[in-house]
Amino acid sequence: MAKQDLIGGSIWEEYSQKVQELMNNPKNQGELTEEDAKRLGGELIVADFGAESCGDAVRLYWIVDPKTDKILEAKFKSFGCGTAIASSDTMVELCKGKTVDEAVKITNIDVEKAMRDEPDTPAVPPQKMHCSVMAYDVIKKAASLYKGVDMESFEDEIIVCECARVSLGTIKEVIKLNDLKTVEEITDYTKAGAFCKSCIKPGGHEEREYYLVDILAETRKEMEEEKLKEVAQKQESGEELSFNDMTLVQKIKAIDSVIDESVRQYLIMDGGNMEVLDVKQNGQYTDVYIRYLGACSGCASSTTGTLYAIESVLKEKLDPNIRVLPI
Amino acid sequence: MMKVYLDNNATTMVDPEVKAAMDPFFTEIYGNPNSLHDFGTACHPALRKAMDSMYEAIGARDEDDIVVTSCATESNNWVLKGVYFDLIKNGEKDHIITTEVEHPSVTATCRWLEEQGVRVTYLPVNSDGVVEAHTVRDFITDKTALVSIMWANNETGAIFPVEQIAEICKERGVLFHTDGVQAIGKIPVDVIKAGVDFMSFSAHKFHGPKGVGALYIRDGHPLTSLLHGGEHMGGRRSGTLNVPGIVGMGKAIELADYYLRFEEENVRRLRDKLEDAILEIPDIYSVGPRENRTPNTILVSVRGVEGEAMLWDLNRAGIAASTGSACASEDLEANPIMTAVGADSELAHTAVRLSLSRFTTEEEIDYTIKEFKKAVERLRSISSSYAYMPESMKTEQ
Repeated sequence: MAKQDLIGGSIWEEYSQKVQELMNNPKNQGELTEEDAKRLGGELIVADFGAESCGDAVRLYWIVDPKTDKILEAKFKSFGCGTAIASSDTMVELCKGKTVDEAVKITNIDVEKAMRDEPDTPAVPPQKMHCSVMAYDVIKKAASLYKGVDMESFEDEIIVCECARVSLGTIKEVIKLNDLKTVEEITDYTKAGAFCKSCIKPGGHEEREYYLVDILAETRKEMEEEKLKEVAQKQESGEELSFNDMTLVQKIKAIDSVIDESVRQYLIMDGGNMEVLDVKQNGQYTDVYIRYLGACSGCASSTTGTLYAIESVLKEKLDPNIRVLPI
Repeated sequence: MMKVYLDNNATTMVDPEVKAAMDPFFTEIYGNPNSLHDFGTACHPALRKAMDSMYEAIGARDEDDIVVTSCATESNNWVLKGVYFDLIKNGEKDHIITTEVEHPSVTATCRWLEEQGVRVTYLPVNSDGVVEAHTVRDFITDKTALVSIMWANNETGAIFPVEQIAEICKERGVLFHTDGVQAIGKIPVDVIKAGVDFMSFSAHKFHGPKGVGALYIRDGHPLTSLLHGGEHMGGRRSGTLNVPGIVGMGKAIELADYYLRFEEENVRRLRDKLEDAILEIPDIYSVGPRENRTPNTILVSVRGVEGEAMLWDLNRAGIAASTGSACASEDLEANPIMTAVGADSELAHTAVRLSLSRFTTEEEIDYTIKEFKKAVERLRSISSSYAYMPESMKTEQ
């Protein structure tokens, strides 16, 4: 949110000139028939994707040469907004002259890039990237009809964000490598979820199989489990654990044993004692809450010299980021 | 190319008479009405006249308050949050009733109130797009603090049974607020006859300036203020008075009242002419019966044509309209009103709204009829869903 966001713009202002021209005069709009196929000596493929009730529906016509798999002619029909019409038109243009195998490699990003006026300025606003996905899906549908296979067979990985084409594998890897904790961070790193936002959480524009919120929660859980396993392995092999690698229970045990060894005896000598009430992880700090018992409670030194001594011992033996807080 | 503005439910042109009335209050009579000197008091007669016009136009009595605000969004926020503070947070109530088709300034405020722990009931509408009065009765409980239901809907023009709802609220001792933004200047509005406790309205919807609205408060009913500060508007709403705005709203409401019959007869005739012509195109239907709609509004579903695409083509022809289509919104969410009134899910993607005003001419309507048909024809020729729609789904010609 900043100066340029305060006065809302019209999404139409963000359409490239090419998009606008194609909306006004799509070049490849129309139908192909069996007669056309016969005339060109190819096979007619008619593929539908989407439905009017979902807001987008596109129909793709191909005439494919069965000997070379080459797309001899292509046309489309589309129920959708202007950007859906422009994206479909561009997609058809990109299909022409390619083989079916080459055509399925055309992605929605290729379609969007082909509609740009300037190489670095997006052709459509972020939420309209979704329209080009439709154009991409219908290619796969047409190819699956031609080859008699499932549409899914053209995807070698699970795509979570269709608009930015980010796979499940990439998202999990980025979360783990960069220790990401929020969906916003995932979007910043990968662009997943930056466009139509359907993949962020259920209830968006389109129903998805995977949602970023779930992937994040699962991956974080996996990371926790991996960390615990690592700790357990280290313990088993007798390797010394650093304080930072310990689980909270292990940290409490370690703090208790340092206090038993190096602190408690001196307090008892003066007729006092102490107990650890709680240990909390507070960012980089480990906060140890303690309560003084016997002569220690109310002793003037309990908040100055004694406290300093306890903290120093824990810092020296365990971790410099320990803070001791008397209650 | 002809330019035709048919988006008057979004905002209207300022009537030149209104602008003329406002003009002196920018560079000639610019004092602060709260000042003691002549510069300040010079604007008082015009302000009093403007207030008189507002009281007269909506039938308010001297013991009632009409507090001028910055917009109807502020008025709606004020009444909802004020009642929350007075009767829910610092009282025994916990419940507000509204509808699924209110303006976002009501629904978004209600969502926020839910976060504060308020129970909110969103009443559904029937296929004509109205809430039936008996539904309100069914949902009122002893804990209900407020019922907030619009007088007329912005998208469909549907007129709600405000009088009957007010009656029910009165019986049950529940406060009743109505958002009258789309009613004023289009249909007769009499707050006493209707029996409402609060009513919001906004000048720019009836040929007044933007940035000025009001909240009618029956009998000066207590309501915690939204804006604290100086003792403006009788201490109910602080902020230096928007003198040109108030003068403009006064003039605009006076004219709106004067032109009501014109609206009822001439605007309605042009609207009906446009609607009849559009409905001659196959597979188009309009939402809600005409007799229960504001006389200036048409909401149609054009089968096989997406709403934003339709708007694009109309705009190329110089015609301004509006759509509730999901594709045309920032967040790709369908307008909830379309979903609430939609007899079928297509409405959320195919709805086009045309809203006229007293400045709309016959010539503009004739031109729009021609261009609307052209746009439908072109877009249907591209459409994938129209061409091969099963014959059984097409309406009889």
